[in-house]
Amino acid sequence: MASKPRITKAFTLGFAAAVTMVCSILLASAATLLKERQDQNVQLDIKYNILSVLALADSKDVAPEVLLSLYDEKVTSFVVDTLGNPVSGREAADIDPKKEPELLPVFARQEGGTISAYCIPTQGKALWSTVKGYIALENDLNTIKGITFYSHGETPGLGGEIEKDWFTDLFKGKTILNAAGEVVSVEIVKGKVRPDEPHPEHKVDGISGSTLTGKGLNQFIKETLERYEPYFKTVRGEAS
Amino acid sequence: MSLFSKKNMVFVKDPLMDNNPISTQVLGICSALAVTVQLQTAIVMSIAVIAVLSISNVMISLVRNKVPSNIRIIVELAIIATLVILVDQILKAYLYDISKQLSVFVGLIITNCIVLGRAEAFALQNKPWPSFLDGVGNGLGYSVILIAVAFGREILGSGTLFGFQLIPDAAYAAGYQNMGLMVLAPGAFILLGLIIWVQRTITGVSE
Repeated sequence: MASKPRITKAFTLGFAAAVTMVCSILLASAATLLKERQDQNVQLDIKYNILSVLALADSKDVAPEVLLSLYDEKVTSFVVDTLGNPVSGREAADIDPKKEPELLPVFARQEGGTISAYCIPTQGKALWSTVKGYIALENDLNTIKGITFYSHGETPGLGGEIEKDWFTDLFKGKTILNAAGEVVSVEIVKGKVRPDEPHPEHKVDGISGSTLTGKGLNQFIKETLERYEPYFKTVRGEAS
Repeated sequence: MSLFSKKNMVFVKDPLMDNNPISTQVLGICSALAVTVQLQTAIVMSIAVIAVLSISNVMISLVRNKVPSNIRIIVELAIIATLVILVDQILKAYLYDISKQLSVFVGLIITNCIVLGRAEAFALQNKPWPSFLDGVGNGLGYSVILIAVAFGREILGSGTLFGFQLIPDAAYAAGYQNMGLMVLAPGAFILLGLIIWVQRTITGVSE
């Protein structure tokens, strides 16, 4: 790279402008072309999570069409408000809990015209990150059918274990109401749930090394359940 | 001179062993620790780095005689960043689950010293074809280490390879346990250290 011609300021500016133009055209066209596919993936992922927590699917290794048709057939969704009244004209999938905390989406598993389980989204702060997940309840709206955490930034191997089946399976069959019918939610305890502890039906084994992640989960799961409680009350009232 | 002459193939072979970007030059350690819990993510990350590195080397080599030296680094970074975002977008569209696991680390290829390092050290002085080979070679050198670390971490930490269980259930029943340390970053550090030790003993490199 010996004797180069002298470079003028105009050339430098022009060169920078050209590079910027080329790069932005490339990126803009790639983003536009791939947008549809990316959105489909996100939608599919959300639907898969709902299916899995409602015990309708347990693996993503099937064709997307199978999952989608299963979802369309078995899952019905609607929106309620924090007082328990139905909200019409809104799609459950479009609700952003950050922007509209007063709207509560519900995804229900339908079987022959009756609802056999309810799935609600939950999210909140844990130790390092916002954890997002779904809670599914049996149609008594008391027993937990399943729980899943699909997005988090907790420490892998410690708090990150919350996404694993061995942990989420612990929630199955636990109940969220006490004898008086009040929401007590489920609590992740420190260490194992001791057999002599009162109310083991509301308690789940903790993960060692992730007590603080557990505390965060306890808090936001309870908040979510309390927010849905007015609606759940009306459903329970209709059933009995 | 043929395209795959001995002289050209040195650009590919050298970074694999004697001048490996991770184990000899100790670059790109951050991602080597972060994405090596499983083989699958390590391989996708490797492919992404090879693609970015070889294409960025070619593009920078093409403009090497035109680019004004006072905005050289900015131009290099603009090219690299564009390629990285492209790769990220493609992964999000076609390998969504893996891109979720790789999360920010695809984006962080931009800051991977190997990419800018090769642009500065090689592509600015060489023609496009040797630059391409140099990019592929360094990308492969990075991949070899990444895959070796991921292999060790997945089999020791989770008892699986590519997600398939390899350690038989009988072994777990007999008291075998997965090594939790390997799932965490220190496990990667230890494996990486061992690999560097073995590799430097073979090549005889010392600082």
